[in-house]
Amino acid sequence: MSEDFTVPEKSGAEILIDTLIEQGVDTVFGYPGGAVLPIYDALFQHKKIRHVLVRHEAGAAHAAEGYARSTGKPGVVLVTSGPGATNAVTGIADAFMDSIPLVVLTGQVATNLIGTDAFQEADTVGITRHCSKHNYLVKDPADLASTVREAFAIATKGRPGPVVIDIPKNVQVATAATDVKRPTSSRFSPAGEADYAEINRAVELLANAKAPILYTGGGIINSGPDASAALRELAELSGAPVTSTLMGLGAYPASGDAWLGMLGMHGTYEANMAMNQCDVMLCLGARFDDRVTGRRDAFSPDSIKIHIDIDRSSINKTIRVDLPIVADVGAAIRQMIEVWKGRKYKAAALDDWWARIKGWRAVDCLSYPGSTQEIMPQYAIERLFAATKDKSPIITTEVGQHQMWAAQHFHFDAPNKWLTSGGLGTMGYGLPAAIGAQMGNPDALVIDIAGEASIQMNIQEMATATQYRLPVKVFILNNEWMGMVRQWQELTYESRFSESYSDSLPDFVALAEAYGWKGIRCSDPAKLDEAIAEMLAYDGPVMFDCRVHKTSNCFPMIPSGAAHTDMILHSDEVSGTMDDEAKALV
Amino acid sequence: MHIKQELTERHVLTLTVDNEAGTLARIAGMFTSRGYNIDSLTVADISEDHAISRITIVTRGPPPVIDQIIAQCERLIPVHKVTDLTEAGPHVERELALVKVRGTGDQRVEAMRLADIYRARVIDATVNSFIFEITGGPDKIDTFVALMREVGLVEVGRTGIVGLMRGAEGS
Ligand SMILES: Cc1ncc(C[n+]2csc(CCOP(=O)(O)OP(=O)(O)O)c2C)c(N)n1
Ligand SMILES: [Mg+2]
Repeated sequence: MSEDFTVPEKSGAEILIDTLIEQGVDTVFGYPGGAVLPIYDALFQHKKIRHVLVRHEAGAAHAAEGYARSTGKPGVVLVTSGPGATNAVTGIADAFMDSIPLVVLTGQVATNLIGTDAFQEADTVGITRHCSKHNYLVKDPADLASTVREAFAIATKGRPGPVVIDIPKNVQVATAATDVKRPTSSRFSPAGEADYAEINRAVELLANAKAPILYTGGGIINSGPDASAALRELAELSGAPVTSTLMGLGAYPASGDAWLGMLGMHGTYEANMAMNQCDVMLCLGARFDDRVTGRRDAFSPDSIKIHIDIDRSSINKTIRVDLPIVADVGAAIRQMIEVWKGRKYKAAALDDWWARIKGWRAVDCLSYPGSTQEIMPQYAIERLFAATKDKSPIITTEVGQHQMWAAQHFHFDAPNKWLTSGGLGTMGYGLPAAIGAQMGNPDALVIDIAGEASIQMNIQEMATATQYRLPVKVFILNNEWMGMVRQWQELTYESRFSESYSDSLPDFVALAEAYGWKGIRCSDPAKLDEAIAEMLAYDGPVMFDCRVHKTSNCFPMIPSGAAHTDMILHSDEVSGTMDDEAKALV
Repeated sequence: MHIKQELTERHVLTLTVDNEAGTLARIAGMFTSRGYNIDSLTVADISEDHAISRITIVTRGPPPVIDQIIAQCERLIPVHKVTDLTEAGPHVERELALVKVRGTGDQRVEAMRLADIYRARVIDATVNSFIFEITGGPDKIDTFVALMREVGLVEVGRTGIVGLMRGAEGS
């Protein structure tokens, strides 16, 4: 039995920490509990990993998302079994919808207790199976290292997403030989470069188009900064206008000449009209989401559609395309540029197309009624943008009208600066995401543009910011309403405002002070700039209660079930009711 | 307002998957969570080291949905390969059923006679019952079971379909 050299054994918890370090993890967002105590003990003894103690596990998952989205690195979450894991589920589902790379470590009851309804047992693997990219239950410490390695590869490669590793407590305590190198499986091989035949065809279509458009999405951001740079070059070469989904903002600079603004339900008139009227649509890392297409059978009826996406299941899911290309979008754009230059294509004469676009732009769809008495919410965003644009801030949002106003009136010139919950639309995302972003970018200005209702969903994370001295700013567009709900009720339910008033609001300034933050309140448009300057000058976290006009609606808007051409531009065009077909759409 | 129904096609898919905990739940659950149909599903490990399983799923949907089903299956990490036998060309489909009938006299004679015609084998017999084993395509089994109903059907167990491409090549 006893041999000359014995293989050193380590506990599962130690193997886990070692493998995290090996994977380059420096920050973990977590919350302790019985089923992860061995891991917390191992963390305590290792000083290489910074642990950020959140105040609720949903906060941990969203913070990890904010960290990931702003740094391009995977976010790591550590929570206990049962309620720890179930609390994290919203963040996992959010990351799944928005393709954010996370590795979520959950404690589990000991293997011999699984299935017995043990204390704090939940079927984490079952619960997260369809809202994660992949998940594991590890039953042997000898499998931990290889599982963690595969999890990081799966989370970050191809279309990114959350991966959950459920680790029973006895597996954290039991030991295994540390030199056990299980073969790393090759079962996961995401798409890389595109087929040149397809690229040639795409370039040919784009070069010969009379009315082309580049419809870009979050895939470009996920593909990395190179993809954004390549997109800019392709836009330049082709002379085509560029629009983007909510998730893709910043990939093409909002200050660029070809920029049409965001498309979709609350997108600009020019972006949606150009999508509708184009003859060649090049979709780059976007997925024809229902918020983008509006009524499907009326979506860009006469265009030839090219779709480049790394996830084959995104292609032809809702809209049938003419040229599907499964590839990493950054690599594919580079290939298109190479072919374009190689064949010495010239940008087609697009003067007519741009003239039409100019006409649509002249509608000035983002204009809104001004006021000297009250702060208009759009004005607040404009002033915040004006005061911060030179600081290249990272903006997170909650969900609602303020999110859409931020998307419309705050402009992004670089990727990884705009963090918002697009697919799942999770209220409560913005504050923890800002905390995660600030952890990953200590010197950046990080602002959560919030609504007074959403901010209350993860308000407890204020303490996290205080504890880690994170100078995040929360800029609340306080309209005293769940404004987006109120808007739909006004438009679809004849203004029956069922349960959408934000009653019994806390005093946000007093609340800020209670958490050790600075609180600022402003309701006078004439004093807004000064108040924003005060917020920015403060070296620490600030909660800004910006009292805005209460019943403003977010326009333009394509009502659900309507075509792009049926856009509502201003509130006077609103009908007040809708038929059942439209009501049934989300 | 009424919910609209769409025209559907039947497709037989085979999946080569890692034989690990949760794979079946992952696939079956994906069908449920995305609202796809499963008419039948069979699974068994097929490699010497028990590492790989083959799953045969019979599903139904409009052609674009079938395409999505395949893409969504391929997206799952433990799924190595998906083949749509219905699209891929000539293939065979087989299913096995065990059919228990009870009866005496003429009914019993008639059950035997029909079993003979359908090449079902008797694998258990008592003085007043038989269990037949029958293999074939799903239509054949459906018809046989329908006939047995007339002569004293007690219960049926069916395996669901397995399928392979015709010819020398693997799928
Ligand atoms: C967790 C969650 N619950 C409910 C909703 C539905 N919802 C979408 S927007 C909204 C209102 C948000 O109000 P507020 O944060 O004040 O933002 P506003 O629209 O007023 O800017 C609600 C309830 C959601 N998106 N997320
Ligand atoms: Mg509000």
